Amino acid sequence: MNAPANLKYTKSDEWFDPATGAMGISDYAQSQLSDIVFVEILVEEGDAVEAGKPIASVESVKASAEIYASAGGTISAVNKDLSNKPETLNSDPYGEGWMVKVDGGTAGEVMDSAAYEKYCEERAH
Amino acid sequence: MTYIPTSPTERDAMLEIIGVKSLDDLFEDVPARHRFPMLNLPPALTEMEAMNELSGLAQANENVRNDLISFLGAGMYNHYIPSVVDHILRRGEFYTAYTPYQPEISQGTLQAIFEYQSLMATLTGMDVSNASHYDGATATAEAVNLAYAQFRGKRKKVVVSPTVNPQYRAVIRTYVQGMDLELVADNANADLDSQPDELTGLLDDNTSLLIVQYPDFFGRVYDYTKLIEAAHAKGALVCVVANPTALAMFKTPGSMGADIVVGDGQPLGIPMWYGGPSVGFFTTRKNFVHKMAGRLVGETVDNRGQRAYVLTLTAREQHIKRERATSNICTNQGLIALGTAVYLSLLGKKGLRQVAELCYQKAHYAAAQLSQIDGIGLCFTDPFFHEFALCVNRPVSEVNAHLLEHGILGGYDLGQDYPALKDHMLIAVTEMNSKEDIDMFVEVLSEVSHD
Amino acid sequence: MTDAVMEPKVKTTPKIVEPTLFDLSSPGRTGVTMPASDVPATALPPDDLLRSDLPLPELAEVDVVRHYIHLSKFNYSVDSGFYPLGSCTMKYNPKINEDTCRLPGFLHTHPLQPIETVQGNLVLMFTLQEWLKEIAGFAAVTLQPAAGAHGEFTGVLMMRAYHKSRGDTKRMKMLIPDAAHGTNPASVGMMGMSVVTIPSDERGNVDLKALEAACDHTVVGMMLTNPNTLGLFDENIEKVTELVHGCGGLMYGDGANLNALLGIVRPGDLGFDVMHFNLHKTFSVPHGGGGPGVGPVGVAAHLADFLPEPLVGIVEDGDEGTAPLYGFVKPTKSIGRMKAFHGHFGGGFVRSFTYIAMHGPDGLKDISQYAVLNANYLQARLRDTYKVPYDRICMHEFVAEGRFKGSNVRALDISKRLMDYNFHPPTNYFPLIVHEALMIEPTETENKDTLDAFAEAMIKIAEESKSQPELLHNAPSTTQFGRMDEVKAARELVLCCWLPDNYGSE
Repeated sequence: MNAPANLKYTKSDEWFDPATGAMGISDYAQSQLSDIVFVEILVEEGDAVEAGKPIASVESVKASAEIYASAGGTISAVNKDLSNKPETLNSDPYGEGWMVKVDGGTAGEVMDSAAYEKYCEERAH
Repeated sequence: MTYIPTSPTERDAMLEIIGVKSLDDLFEDVPARHRFPMLNLPPALTEMEAMNELSGLAQANENVRNDLISFLGAGMYNHYIPSVVDHILRRGEFYTAYTPYQPEISQGTLQAIFEYQSLMATLTGMDVSNASHYDGATATAEAVNLAYAQFRGKRKKVVVSPTVNPQYRAVIRTYVQGMDLELVADNANADLDSQPDELTGLLDDNTSLLIVQYPDFFGRVYDYTKLIEAAHAKGALVCVVANPTALAMFKTPGSMGADIVVGDGQPLGIPMWYGGPSVGFFTTRKNFVHKMAGRLVGETVDNRGQRAYVLTLTAREQHIKRERATSNICTNQGLIALGTAVYLSLLGKKGLRQVAELCYQKAHYAAAQLSQIDGIGLCFTDPFFHEFALCVNRPVSEVNAHLLEHGILGGYDLGQDYPALKDHMLIAVTEMNSKEDIDMFVEVLSEVSHD
Repeated sequence: MTDAVMEPKVKTTPKIVEPTLFDLSSPGRTGVTMPASDVPATALPPDDLLRSDLPLPELAEVDVVRHYIHLSKFNYSVDSGFYPLGSCTMKYNPKINEDTCRLPGFLHTHPLQPIETVQGNLVLMFTLQEWLKEIAGFAAVTLQPAAGAHGEFTGVLMMRAYHKSRGDTKRMKMLIPDAAHGTNPASVGMMGMSVVTIPSDERGNVDLKALEAACDHTVVGMMLTNPNTLGLFDENIEKVTELVHGCGGLMYGDGANLNALLGIVRPGDLGFDVMHFNLHKTFSVPHGGGGPGVGPVGVAAHLADFLPEPLVGIVEDGDEGTAPLYGFVKPTKSIGRMKAFHGHFGGGFVRSFTYIAMHGPDGLKDISQYAVLNANYLQARLRDTYKVPYDRICMHEFVAEGRFKGSNVRALDISKRLMDYNFHPPTNYFPLIVHEALMIEPTETENKDTLDAFAEAMIKIAEESKSQPELLHNAPSTTQFGRMDEVKAARELVLCCWLPDNYGSE
């Protein structure tokens, strides 16, 4: 389980990078979903999003999940490569697997990496 | 009689292991005042008695093989079914299996569905097919669901040509009751002589889907290429409801640019069975596959390096996605889809084209003969396949009653659905109608019209 | 965790066990020859309306027969062995049903024929409506829905229409227990309503406190399977219906588990307002490799006017000398049509009619009593080996955990290993509230010897999970096919095959 210290995390397993405004799903989330085969980003550049609102839908071989915005703001970029290469979410969730970026993002309810790691461990019992 | 194999001795031994005294003791959780109701049903029949009773009911019908010569279609057609089809459908390995959730021991069903998908995509000229829907009408309604999901509910208009089968349009109206959608052009009083391209005026940036039928409900065949281009120019999707027999002969909706092609597979080797079960085929472009409802079979390999098949993209479906799924559909029409695949593999390239051409030839002969009768004429002049609308000079019910006296099942009364087509009947002719049948139909009809 | 994902795999050509129809095709073959046309020829329409090529496979009749017989041998089926797939009621399908549903009078009637020519069909449908009303305690029944999920959709549409007709437009919330089938929330989702999940209590019943808290004036109703998907009859069922009715909601019954209730209790008597039947589970319509199903819906009197159109009714009363005339009637506030024509008549109604006629009231009660006996017997034999998390007298099925302390064997491995013992596995990973669920439904048509053999195989597998876990991880090994690469299927997405590009050119 990997949770970079420079990122913030939500209880629904998304991350937010306050430095770049990027967001995506955590390593824990991708491992729980297992092999991801489909990603649909539900927002477009210029859309205003609120933290906690759906921004993407993800399907793996055995599960599906809604992905929620970890921060609010105006969408400044959408990772269009993901729909052709959904497996990137498994291989590089914090890098090439970013989903959208927001301008002037204000994080929703988030925790730091230490708190998030503890939160993940608790759930793994 | 029952099919329970347990003897009283075995039952008692089992009850003892469970730790209760009687079968009735197993039901103590059921509220006592409602427990063990006396059901007012007739006493049980033996197999012999049941066969007699069912035979009696079946014989109380007049069927189109032994009793009546049929010219009735309107969505369900009397075609020849080769013997092999039912021999395969009667294999217990196929009909007593369930959904292939365990692919290691369901490859028969899985490969058969994969082949069905391939055959349907070939027939419609599309990229992919699902494992099937309930029937043509519900498959059409699922096209509305796909388009709604594709635009995430933002485009709120669906244009439904009035020449789509009235029952299909009724089903769409039922399906969209909980959706924030407007159905446009679904109007029985529309001008039915107007050409399909005139629907272009109704398409706009708010349109998610255009639905047309091919051949249309009146049997007419149009090239929808331009109309589809116009819909695409507005960003809308297009669904073509097609008759699969016609697709053996006519240009495919796929080649016209359709996004979704659906229809009822009953003409492909399935008995009419008083309306069902039949099978709804659903084919589309590869880029809509994630929004398509229903099961899908994909090719893969097993851990021994053998080519094999599995249910795939299952995370789209209701058992995983629950309230976020495109549709609640769970089953496909497995066995009926298998029947159509057996039929298509038997007829193949040559045979299916022969069936389509026989239908075409006989329908055109019938239309030519019928329209020579005084007081009777064809409603439309456009090219048609195996159905056509005939204008008669008195109420269709009267005409049909007279035909029935002569053992002929007449056409569908179009006035039921289209006020402007009072005294019009829809005639269907297939390879099952001999020249002799058609000539007799013409003769009896000329008697009626001259009475 | 996802270590293997990006590893490049060596491309090998898979071994073909049975070629596809397209692989088998050879130019010039045909399985059926149609007669020549006997009418004067009409010119074909212009070329631009015609298709130039029809690339369907070409096979002789014997090729087709052998292909499908080969495929049939790859299937496990009820006719070949024990199929305890929970929630699916894989009972034996009597052979006489296959004959009655193919009588020519049923096979070759057109759904739009004048009613006078199809009185046999209409009497059968009318009678089946009456029988289903009596069996489940409802005022009216529609036979139209094509499957259980379709019946659910019908039911939810009627619930919505009922509230709407009373001007009660605020109701948008459907209460659904956490153990429910996925079709329940999906049916609600299709209506744009929201789902409120109600937890189960420690005895596997609906948690009454949570239910009470959720009941308010925005509730459409509750969708409940009873017995539930744990195979347990809700011990507080009357309290549950009272709470839902108390806030103005309606009770929807998911009839998936009706095989436990025939002659035992009528859902209508318990307060259910609407319920779908699964004729393919309870009344022996074969499952057909995944359909067609048949999903009639029964309703209490206050919902009868909302049923889909048309229903079968008596349109002209008979008298001593003449039988009544049966025909179609439209309920006054009908939600409309659910599918074209009248439902799954031949494959569905005729088979179920035959089945109910042959059982009579006592035979129906036997079905449920023995289905429940068999499930409890298996539960008793397995409970010392497999944890049964909600352990009490069950109905027609029960749910055990497919996991052992200190072992990495999972329910899936146990299921795959069962195939090596020539049994179909139980349902896996459902309901969601049980870890590593194995949902076992033996049905009434299995004898004690079969149940004993299955129990012994399950106990042996539990031992193997300790002594030779690799046997389970690698299972099945005795079947024609092994475990599948599901990731490859989903990533590469090969959904169709075609004739080769150079087909017919040699």
